[in-house]
Amino acid sequence: MSNTIHLTPTGEKESTRVAYGKALVQLGGENDRVVVLDADLAAATMTNAFRSAYPERHYDCGIAEADMVDIAAGMSTMGLIPFCSTFAVFAGRCYDQIRNGVCYPHFNVKFGFSHAGITLGEDGGSHQAIEDLALMRVLPGMTIFAPTDANETLQCVRAAAEIDGPVFIRTARLPSPVYEPHAFEVGKGYVVKDGADCVIFTTGIMLEHTLEAVKALGEKGVDAALVTFPTIKPFDEEITRAYAKKCGRVFVVEEHSVIGGLGDAVASCLCGSGSFVFEKIGINDCFGQSGKPADLLREYGLSGAQIAERILQAK
Amino acid sequence: MNVQELQAVARQVRRDIIIMTNKAGAGHPGGSLSCTEALVALYFDVMQGVDPKDDKNPNRDRFVLSKGHAAPALYGTLCERGFFGREEFDGFRQLHGILQGHPDTKKCPGVDASTGSLGQGISIAVGMALGAKHTGNPCHVYTMIGDGESDEGLVWEASMAAAHYKLDNLTVIFDYNGMQIDGTNEQVMSLGDVRAKFAAFGYDIVEVADGNDMQQVLDALHTPACPGKPRLVFLHTLKGKGVSFMEGQVGWHGKAPNAEQAAQALKELEG
Repeated sequence: MSNTIHLTPTGEKESTRVAYGKALVQLGGENDRVVVLDADLAAATMTNAFRSAYPERHYDCGIAEADMVDIAAGMSTMGLIPFCSTFAVFAGRCYDQIRNGVCYPHFNVKFGFSHAGITLGEDGGSHQAIEDLALMRVLPGMTIFAPTDANETLQCVRAAAEIDGPVFIRTARLPSPVYEPHAFEVGKGYVVKDGADCVIFTTGIMLEHTLEAVKALGEKGVDAALVTFPTIKPFDEEITRAYAKKCGRVFVVEEHSVIGGLGDAVASCLCGSGSFVFEKIGINDCFGQSGKPADLLREYGLSGAQIAERILQAK
Repeated sequence: MNVQELQAVARQVRRDIIIMTNKAGAGHPGGSLSCTEALVALYFDVMQGVDPKDDKNPNRDRFVLSKGHAAPALYGTLCERGFFGREEFDGFRQLHGILQGHPDTKKCPGVDASTGSLGQGISIAVGMALGAKHTGNPCHVYTMIGDGESDEGLVWEASMAAAHYKLDNLTVIFDYNGMQIDGTNEQVMSLGDVRAKFAAFGYDIVEVADGNDMQQVLDALHTPACPGKPRLVFLHTLKGKGVSFMEGQVGWHGKAPNAEQAAQALKELEG
């Protein structure tokens, strides 16, 4: 299939938030309309690299996320392409500004929101966004990316600048494997591994853990397909239906609440399309807590081995 | 236009406010009537590059009605300025109308930002002024905020940023009519010494004793910018100005006049 990608590990690990910072520097060199806004987190969202490279194009808004978003809205009306950068958990804090200030008038503002999911780690549940995809999915006109690795992050950032309208890019703090550059098109899901017995749909940095699950399942004689979605919205319904129908057993794995995220995007897509075994494997309607990322993944059942076990147990 | 002519336009905009809200059976006449002089002054005298035939001219001065519920005053002003015809009043707050309940930049010509969620307009205006500085655009950005709106923390976040970035291309007009939905400012949430608060945030303040006096409003808006500082034009206004039974009445914040009341109001507003 044209939407199959072959992932070749580079052996490197890098977080998608670090990649976001580097991507902005690259984009900044290609497009002088790009400006970057921060809410006193440039050292964490990694936009400090952009600030060093293009100090005249970096604006700190102080610890005032709502103000940052509306300032970006205003700047976009002057022909600029603002990238707002903060933690994904603060999507809720500036949600009205994203909704009414940016999405309602369809202004050209980008949101690079990092530290998403429980793999944020030690800062704990107050800072672990498990609801950001749900919040963004319901906004008309919003494009949503959740890149898997560094190279995909660069492509998402580039694509965001090309799109005329709001774009949300979800990135993570935890370093994840970097693969050689591979195909990326807005709105497409990609088959990482074909399979016949079941399909795993995933997004973002959970790819690493679902790959482990696929391997473990293979050792048990289960031939699992794996499809990753760097774009959550617009959602690739075609590949979702095709693989659900092909495999019959559907599992969605994400570092997000089982409510409102990729799992619900898949469920909405498949509803009425047939009869499937279907399970959402994510954060089960609870908040996270402090801990090391690997411990947290195990605590919430998202390690590769646990994902595989859950799929094997599914009725 | 001379002051008398501008006053005549303001009187017509007040009539438009009554006509629109009466037809729709809804809307916010009180806070629209309090800010009418300022809007007319802006669109007919102060703002540069206002052109109904070229409403996207990049170098035009911008206006953001942060107190978006005063949309009838903005719509009346834009209509009198020639951005659309009076027939659009029929569609105010109606299905498929360009005159939405709150200003919508995608639907209504001449509207520079969609507002209505209070506190956001001033922040968007700060972004416009910052963007204008960044791009070397010579335009000036005006925004109007309400006193009740200033309960919102975002007004103050935006003000901090306006001073920090030395936005002397930004004028914030404060419509101080003293009333909001549930009562007076004092009853709902005391603003305290609000002038001192704005001054402390770094604005250059121009106070207008009667914000419903066209000459005073013009003089304030034409006061040369203070280099390195955002401007706050502090208008003491009267809620419901121009309609005797609405003046100073909290109850007319978000209530439309019925046919009888509209007729009386229009009679009072005759030239």
